[in-house]
Amino acid sequence: MNPIKPHSLPGPDDITRVVLPNGITILARTNFNSPSVVIGGYLPCGSLFDPDEKLGLADFTANSLLRGSGKRDFQKIFDDLESAGANLSFSAGGHTAGFTGRCLSEDLPLLFDLLAEAVRCPTFPVEQVERLRAQFITGLAIRAQDTAAMASLTFDQIVFKGHPYARPDDGWPETIQAITRDDLADFHSIHYGPRGLVIVIVGAVEPKAIAGKVAKVLGDWTNPTQPELPALPDLKPLKNPVTRKVKIPGKSQADLVIGTSGPRRKDADYMPASLGNSVLGQFGMAGRIGEVVRQKSGLAYYASSSLSAGIGPGAWDVSAGVNPSNVQKARDLIYQEIARFVEKGVSAEELSDSQSNFIGRLPLSLESNSGVVNALLNIERFDLGLDYYRRYSELVRAVTPEDVLSTAFKYLHPEKLAVAIAGS
Amino acid sequence: MTKPYREQLLANGLKVLLKEIHTSPLVSAWIWYRVGSRDEITGHTGLSHWCEHMQFKGTPLFPSSILDRAISRDGGMWNAFTYFDWTTFFETMPSDKIDLGLRIEADRMVNSLFDEKEVASERTVIISEREGSENEPYFLLAEAVQNAAFRVHPYHHEVIGDLPDLKSMSRDDLYAHYRTFYAPNNAVISVAGDFKTGDMLTRIREHFEHIPAGPNLPRLSRPEPAACGEHRLTVEGPGETTYLDISYHAPAANDPDFFPVMVLDSLLAGPSSLNMFGGGGISNKTSRLYRSLVEKELAVSVSGGLSATADPFLYSVVITVHPKRKQEEALASFDDEIKRIQNEHIPVEEINRAIKQARALFAYGSENITNQAFWLGHAEMFSTYDWFLTYLEKLAAVTPAEMKRAAQKYLRPQNRVVGTYIPTTTEAQP
Repeated sequence: MNPIKPHSLPGPDDITRVVLPNGITILARTNFNSPSVVIGGYLPCGSLFDPDEKLGLADFTANSLLRGSGKRDFQKIFDDLESAGANLSFSAGGHTAGFTGRCLSEDLPLLFDLLAEAVRCPTFPVEQVERLRAQFITGLAIRAQDTAAMASLTFDQIVFKGHPYARPDDGWPETIQAITRDDLADFHSIHYGPRGLVIVIVGAVEPKAIAGKVAKVLGDWTNPTQPELPALPDLKPLKNPVTRKVKIPGKSQADLVIGTSGPRRKDADYMPASLGNSVLGQFGMAGRIGEVVRQKSGLAYYASSSLSAGIGPGAWDVSAGVNPSNVQKARDLIYQEIARFVEKGVSAEELSDSQSNFIGRLPLSLESNSGVVNALLNIERFDLGLDYYRRYSELVRAVTPEDVLSTAFKYLHPEKLAVAIAGS
Repeated sequence: MTKPYREQLLANGLKVLLKEIHTSPLVSAWIWYRVGSRDEITGHTGLSHWCEHMQFKGTPLFPSSILDRAISRDGGMWNAFTYFDWTTFFETMPSDKIDLGLRIEADRMVNSLFDEKEVASERTVIISEREGSENEPYFLLAEAVQNAAFRVHPYHHEVIGDLPDLKSMSRDDLYAHYRTFYAPNNAVISVAGDFKTGDMLTRIREHFEHIPAGPNLPRLSRPEPAACGEHRLTVEGPGETTYLDISYHAPAANDPDFFPVMVLDSLLAGPSSLNMFGGGGISNKTSRLYRSLVEKELAVSVSGGLSATADPFLYSVVITVHPKRKQEEALASFDDEIKRIQNEHIPVEEINRAIKQARALFAYGSENITNQAFWLGHAEMFSTYDWFLTYLEKLAAVTPAEMKRAAQKYLRPQNRVVGTYIPTTTEAQP
């Protein structure tokens, strides 16, 4: 185990957390090593609210927020941001619309003003909306040609069938075409509000003064119409194996994704699943999957597994990019590894390696302001507790090989996996 | 003024650069070799990059299965990159573990095995890497533009190499390349982070100074003749989207003209970060080309890029054409903007703005120790570390007159290649 000084990790004594009376939660941590500040956060305005025929509405709305406000037009907003060497951007996922920004500490008041204007009084100018629409349509045409993106999208459609997670947050060309300027304005006025807004600030700032500065621009914001997020339906697990192919002509490489759904981030299974996933397809040069598919067989430049747990169940999958003539071979090797993983689990040595890696890499993941912002966002989003990173090493060390085996057995059923392949 | 870093040349010619940074309990160590794709001759393209891959395949002391496990177990991050001018390997580790990284680098400078079986499996991995890139329309276009821009200079070919060479090169070709170029007198080691300079220097001496120097290596020198007319080319492939790549022959990083061109890029296409890690980005929505192309709905995006290279490479602007417009319209508008910057007064405020943006990007990059150690060595590959330390000053010293002159000198049609990716419409079918 690495001797990390516990107090170099964020904890209750150096994270400031304040909840404003209107429901906004603020988390801040100081770092005066560099004269810059990173902010990040979210509002509960994600694509779960999108009607099927207007899928992409939440994301379109989030991306339109900086296209004009009651106080500045598009040119003025970006002239102010870019002249300061700052950045600010919005986009939406399933549950939330997120934002991220960065500036020199001298320009933080500007970033707060622009953030507040964007969420409170965007104007959705028609010509800006049309310009964005063309950009989205082009983005979706590029996505349709991207073998990795299409394999992943198709995989989600199989695994999350009948569940909102089956839908791509950025929609489809026809649903983007169906969204009007007024749809965006309505989505904003109904869903955007202070309740559930989380903002994290890390960098060269005095955290005690931060809450007052956020309150100054957002403290008097109210929106009584803000609805609760729709409840997530239960996910029905696959009863049979499902394979789907997307043909994209003219591509020299095919992408495949194989897997199923995994735990939610807050489930007790998450940590054993995460450590097991590391052994399966992450550790070193991508774990057992990398060893078999890349190192030994030379079939792929990239082959690894991933576990994407969130508010609801995430995907637990293995992906690889291979020559179209090697798809079957790669698929067979990946199946074998998943079966071995479910049947025999991991050795004590393998688990211990991944545990050391999880604990040892903390300083690296937390060295920059943006790394700490992500850590604090995790703490808040998943209710992990302000002392989470101080307890982290204990939580990781507590997992046993038996825990990993029972978690693998619970989620991964080699006879009922989803397979998505995209390519020529 | 005391230097904020220590520079030391070891007896075997290995140059060592050390910079203490005590913001995080981390150390990042990089070893740089002065060899890259520009040292490869026809028939051997991709040799440097493949050689870099083989460095992960083990030595008698650290067999391949041991290497990555050892680094990962300690919570480290490691990787390697091959570029036109250099090949580099790094480890970023908790400070008390960095010795492992140094030992591995010293060991694989001379003892890599290049086992036949490993060469065979890596051949198909690299071909797969190339096939993955070929899936991207922009890779296909950029490769064609680069080929057309350099007839003589070995910047002609992509770092990954051409498929026939990847199929035909042998274990002996790779091993000979390794033994020729991986030598202490052809290398620089750069270390930044949480250590004491004296102690670190002692450890580096222990690990590296016994390795004998190799012969001096003259670099393949085939300067590109001056361009004498515009090249235009098209690449056809799947998709629905048209891309334009307009690439001008540009000054090398060590040429004083590099800085006015860097500021020109910032005004035209927005500030570019040269950081490899954690630099963050600044959007370019108020840049001249964004206003004239994206805001006028001729394009959906535009970006510019200038690389810090040892020899003159390219300044490239890439335009994603609006689905309802023709590439000729976008190019005509682009050309109007170039004429404007060549002929009209450039306000000092616009330059000052570019400097502030560069200062912000610098501050963002300084949060990251891996990025700091990267620059400590990277700058040595085309200049010296002083190039990096004085970068902001040199940008700030650029005048409107110098920019105008640089625009007239470099951004001429006779000095460029215009490539267009023409989609042969295909639809994804479920």
